[in-house]
Amino acid sequence: MIQSYLHEFFFGYFPYLCLSVCLVATIIRYDREQYTWKADSSMLLRSRGMVIASNLFHVGILFLFLGHAVGLLTPHAVYEPFISAPQKAFLAMTAGGIAGIVCLLGMSWLLYRRLFDPRIRATSKPMDTVVLVLLYLQLLLGLGTIPFSARSPDGSSMMALANWAQYILTFRSGAADLIVHEPWVFKTHIVLGLLIIGLFPFTRLVHMLSGLTAPVRYLIRSGFQIARKRG
Amino acid sequence: MSHILDKLTYFTRKAPEKYSGGHGITTDENRQWEDAYRGRWAHDKIVRSTHGVNCTGSCSWKIYVKGGLVTWETQFTDYPRTRPDLPNHEPRGCPRGASYSWYLYSATRLKYPMIRSRLLRLWRKAREVHTDPVLAWESIVTDPVKTASYKTARGLGGMVRADWDEMNEIIAASNIYTAKTFGPDRVCGFSPIPAMSMISYASGTRYLSLIGGTCLSFYDWYCDLPPSSPQVWGEQTDVPESADWYNSSYIIAWGSNVPQTRTPDAHFFTEVRYKGTRTVAVTPDYSEVAKLSDEWIAPRQGTDAALLMAMGHVILTEYHARNRSEYFDDYCRQYTDMPFLVRLDKKAGGLHVAGRTLRASDIKGALGADNNPEWKPVLWDSVTDSLKIPNGTIGSRWGEKGRWNLEMKDETTGAEIWPTLSLAERHDVIVEVGFPYFGNIPSDQLFDHTNHESILKRRVPARRVLLADGTTALVATVFDLQLANYGVAREVCGDPPLSSDGDEPYTPAWQEKITGVPRETVIRVAREFADNADRTRGRSMVILGAGINHWYHMDMAYRGIINLLMMCGCIGKSGGGWSHYVGQEKLRPQTGWLPLAFGLDWHRPPRQMNSTSFFYAHTDQWRYEKVGVDDILSPLADPKKWEGQTLIDCNVRAERMGWLPSAPQFQENPLRLTAEAEAQGRDPKEYVVSRLKDRSLALSCEDPDNPANFPRVLFVWRSNLLGASGKGHEYFLRHLLGTQNSVMDRDLGEANAPKPSEVVWRDEGPRGKLDLLVTLDFRMSTSCLYSDIVLPTATWYEKNDLNTSDMHPFIHPLSRAVDPAWESRSDWDIYREIARRFSEMCPGHLGLEKDLVAQPILHDSPGELAQPFGPEDWKKGEAEPVPGRTLPNLTVVERNYPDTHRKYTSLGPLMKTIGNGGKGIAWNTDAEVDFLGRLNGVCADEGVSCGLPKIETDIDATEVVLSLAPETNGQVALKAWEALGVFTGRDHTHLARPREDEKLRFRDLQAQPRKIISSPTWSGLEDEHVSYNAGYTNVHELIPWRTLTGRQHFYQDHDWMRDFGEGFCVYRPPVNTRTVASVIDTLGKDRKQVVLNWVTPHQKWGIHSTYSENLLMLTLSRGGPIVWMSETDARKAGIRDNDWIECYNANGAVVARAVVSQRVPEGLAMMYHAQEKIMNTPISETTGKRGGIHNSVVRIILKPTHMIGGYAQLAYGFNYYGTVGSNRDDFVVVRKMDTVEWQDEPALVATVEETP
Repeated sequence: MIQSYLHEFFFGYFPYLCLSVCLVATIIRYDREQYTWKADSSMLLRSRGMVIASNLFHVGILFLFLGHAVGLLTPHAVYEPFISAPQKAFLAMTAGGIAGIVCLLGMSWLLYRRLFDPRIRATSKPMDTVVLVLLYLQLLLGLGTIPFSARSPDGSSMMALANWAQYILTFRSGAADLIVHEPWVFKTHIVLGLLIIGLFPFTRLVHMLSGLTAPVRYLIRSGFQIARKRG
Repeated sequence: MSHILDKLTYFTRKAPEKYSGGHGITTDENRQWEDAYRGRWAHDKIVRSTHGVNCTGSCSWKIYVKGGLVTWETQFTDYPRTRPDLPNHEPRGCPRGASYSWYLYSATRLKYPMIRSRLLRLWRKAREVHTDPVLAWESIVTDPVKTASYKTARGLGGMVRADWDEMNEIIAASNIYTAKTFGPDRVCGFSPIPAMSMISYASGTRYLSLIGGTCLSFYDWYCDLPPSSPQVWGEQTDVPESADWYNSSYIIAWGSNVPQTRTPDAHFFTEVRYKGTRTVAVTPDYSEVAKLSDEWIAPRQGTDAALLMAMGHVILTEYHARNRSEYFDDYCRQYTDMPFLVRLDKKAGGLHVAGRTLRASDIKGALGADNNPEWKPVLWDSVTDSLKIPNGTIGSRWGEKGRWNLEMKDETTGAEIWPTLSLAERHDVIVEVGFPYFGNIPSDQLFDHTNHESILKRRVPARRVLLADGTTALVATVFDLQLANYGVAREVCGDPPLSSDGDEPYTPAWQEKITGVPRETVIRVAREFADNADRTRGRSMVILGAGINHWYHMDMAYRGIINLLMMCGCIGKSGGGWSHYVGQEKLRPQTGWLPLAFGLDWHRPPRQMNSTSFFYAHTDQWRYEKVGVDDILSPLADPKKWEGQTLIDCNVRAERMGWLPSAPQFQENPLRLTAEAEAQGRDPKEYVVSRLKDRSLALSCEDPDNPANFPRVLFVWRSNLLGASGKGHEYFLRHLLGTQNSVMDRDLGEANAPKPSEVVWRDEGPRGKLDLLVTLDFRMSTSCLYSDIVLPTATWYEKNDLNTSDMHPFIHPLSRAVDPAWESRSDWDIYREIARRFSEMCPGHLGLEKDLVAQPILHDSPGELAQPFGPEDWKKGEAEPVPGRTLPNLTVVERNYPDTHRKYTSLGPLMKTIGNGGKGIAWNTDAEVDFLGRLNGVCADEGVSCGLPKIETDIDATEVVLSLAPETNGQVALKAWEALGVFTGRDHTHLARPREDEKLRFRDLQAQPRKIISSPTWSGLEDEHVSYNAGYTNVHELIPWRTLTGRQHFYQDHDWMRDFGEGFCVYRPPVNTRTVASVIDTLGKDRKQVVLNWVTPHQKWGIHSTYSENLLMLTLSRGGPIVWMSETDARKAGIRDNDWIECYNANGAVVARAVVSQRVPEGLAMMYHAQEKIMNTPISETTGKRGGIHNSVVRIILKPTHMIGGYAQLAYGFNYYGTVGSNRDDFVVVRKMDTVEWQDEPALVATVEETP
């Protein structure tokens, strides 16, 4: 009884709670607290190993992020002509696994210095540590799903999860029921992921929103000297 | 409106306008973000204040306040303009000043009163038993176990937060107990440099002076006082303002690092080069000024006098002897002692030596002089071809009126005279005169010597004069003797012409071996200097800093420079002269400030003491003295006369002859001495004289280690005595404070060395003479760590005060931008509240008391005519003890102690009954006192202060200074010039009349810095036509210098001067302090190390307008203690840059990181001054104690010539003449540290069982 209630809460309602908090709080923060909208890099305080670690982490996590977005949200019908579900599941496991390992290497170093470098530790805000620990756990969980995915090489597990995600985003009822039988590790991974989305506006992760486009926009900008209009 | 909505217009937004061919765009984005930057730099108000460490810069700053907090500071630029042909002063300021606001809210800020916990525990226990706080204090300090328990913990932590009431009670109790038991002169106070914050200085000295306490000097103690200045000019120090550099056409910066330590003024030095002025730097190291100047000369450190003698030799030869500059000749006749006659005394073996100057009293009929003939030196007049007394000698200053001026007139008849410079054409005989030579003294260390004889025999034209007693005497002019002293060949004497390659002492060739400077350079620079002065009528200038003044024989280097300037007619000339910049010594409204600061409105005289002699005696540095009188005596002196004398003996003799002050004064309580005298129905003065004479009463100086003579309470404020200026630091800790120290030397007893003859020797050196050390500061300085009570004071942005400097002609304020933070209070308020508590607690202990004050014979008083023919020591039977002539002046001062607070807060009645004045002149101040009564209001309370002007707040106090001083009140200036005119017989009032109606008030200064008004207190003018230049009024207004002859002195004829070989300027090598030999073998066995000369110059990131522990400055520098050394020495000792090194000698040890640099010459170690012990200081390997400070490896050594008194310009003045604390002759052993220990755990002492 309680189990099904919790399942319904975490996979039927919790996603909307987190997404709403994420959306509203991000807008408020962007509007009111522009000076907090930054990556808060600590590379200035201690640069040792950062060039490698930071790049490994960012490359890995960006690949994982895009992989999840494309893999979960693309309707099955769109890619079916090109790739079958088992093939896609295999691709997700291998590519995601490689990216996950890359990310893990980088993030291990980041987490280590965040926790044990006295200078970094002293200058960390609590949320800096919290979000890094959560991401690290999330990554470990994500890597932990690979053996479970391997148990359903037909891609059925993947299909169920993708359907759930698409149901949620398209406000269709019964989304939670789609993944009732998925292994615990997927479910924990999803809950933690939703939690991170909910925490997103309260952390340094917001720099993603600017960081994703700014480098690109820089390449195609016009004008070397920028003047502003009066008023 | 909304950032997010703005973003949503992405697709509808117009493309930005383009310009410059598309390279630039004009966007219409939201500009609200700019407000953040506007807010960042917005502020609620700007308040004018400044920085008060000891900075000659004296720059006015804008202090920005936002939300009640000081946020930052920037330079003010609104100084009154200069003339059209002169650059302006603004802006002034440097990064050191700009970093000051950090202190206000930093971790080092003192927020609450603090006290040593052990003392507090003792106090609270004692107060449980004694309801009377004075008895409670007595119960503590009379118990050796109790005193040891807190004294030995000094400097080792254990400070706790306290409250004001309790602290004031302890302080008042200690003061009352000490005054009652031992005498008020055992309560002492040290605070330096009044010019940087006059009211803060005055607060403590006013309180101390009202209770009869002792105020300690600083200028001589810092060794910033150049004794050569009073010796030559009778003037403490007077120098051109920096704007006058712009009027010069040849500038030598001699040991003064202008861009680094005179940052706000350096622009004049740079700007004048655009006019074609040549600049020369003389520094042993490659410093910033060496980089800036056209030419860099690098003599070995400490040998400057040799270089200067050679330059003088060139100039005298080429411009005075062989060829003659008409300008130089005229100048020297009128403004120097060159034409005066000196008696030549015959020595055994037919040799003559220069004796004292010939006086009118030597001649029959005294040449018509009926007033002070023994104080009137004479010269040979070439108009009448006879002896004459010229106008302006010191004899005409006192006891007569109207002839004390520099008109070229015969004093008796008023007829025109023309002094004879040389007797070459009027001599009776050529005599051989002996001159002392010290350049042959070998050195253990670095310094080279030559092998010339100790007595140089030179020929001088002389004349026979018939004396009053019927005998004849040989006389020669100072000019002729001077040429002989400098080794100038004279045709008239039959000397063979000397080539510049001659190796006779003082030739350019001779100095090469000593200084390392090529002879050609010396000749060329000397010629350029003189040639420029000749063509421009004296526009050659020497800028010098304390660097060369810190050597034991500093007078020789300084007089060497002054001689050059005088022989080239540069003193008192715009763009010329002696520019000695050391600290902020020029307190421009001095005569208005003196009554406030020393309570002269209530009692006269105050007790003032020269710190060098005080600390030498009371930190027992004399117990370790290894330099003897025979080390420095002239080869021409009679050694028998000085047999058995040590340096402290000389000081004791000087004190008892009334030359130098004493503190404490008598071995008995002066309050009790007067009571005893009255009980016997005798006059206290006569009573004391008779007891001194029958030896039943001793002077304190004769037994400094007797507990009856200890200084008991010391106040330190505006100072970091134990972190910056306490030379012989470890001796302070051992004897004055009685705590952990690193002295490694043996005292005279342990070393079995001869003991002083005038001073009682006690085998056991006392530990912890002070019962209470109270420090007022706004930061936890090194001194605070060693204090018993620390009182938090207002910072420079939290109080109202006044500030002046010698570098610019303005007076400007410190202002209270914000209230004193936390529980801090302004100095004025702190002492006022101590005075209040003191007054409340007096009844029952101190009432109306008569205090017998001893005061030395003072310069600028009629007393300076005390001992015309040399010392008269009554104890040796040479004279009767007469107060004010052969003894200190004795005065009975009545003090009603319970009135102390009333007196502190009102302007006393003596300003009306006696008036005010300074430097020998006096004027009436009734109008100013009445004005102050209307301005500040008058005291309404019944009592001694009823109806007198109030001085309740610091602003009230500033108004007292500004109203009474001629420099800030035009009417007073006029009165002062009139008063001087009575002496000189000339009208000087035209100098102040244009500004007669100007009265500067505190708020005027807050609005804008103001130019001060010319006054006779100073020898330069403040007006629209000339820049301030020292000696200007002497030369242009014919006001005599306040010296024996009334002129500038090349020759010093006092007995002691001649005995110590300094009658004329000579080269004297650094003295051997003997501090390395005793420790180098025991401590340095088998270690790679090097012995270096120890100098402590001023640094870029600390000194002057901030302190070295300022975080911003530490960030810009290396962040902790450093010592500079050369690459060669570093290689020898195996030291690499940034290694931890230790420098030690018998005096102690200091640890620091090494800065290995090409800019430092071999043989030299430089530790920049005042790097705080509280920053990054590890444990010394040799001592096992925490590494010391730059003063840990030095010990002061007194110089007898600085003790001379009662003799015209060689008479005492507070901070004016007296012994100075030189510190550059020492050597240290430098080596790399094997282990760097920090011992960060709590000090051992804290774990010792607490005493009950």
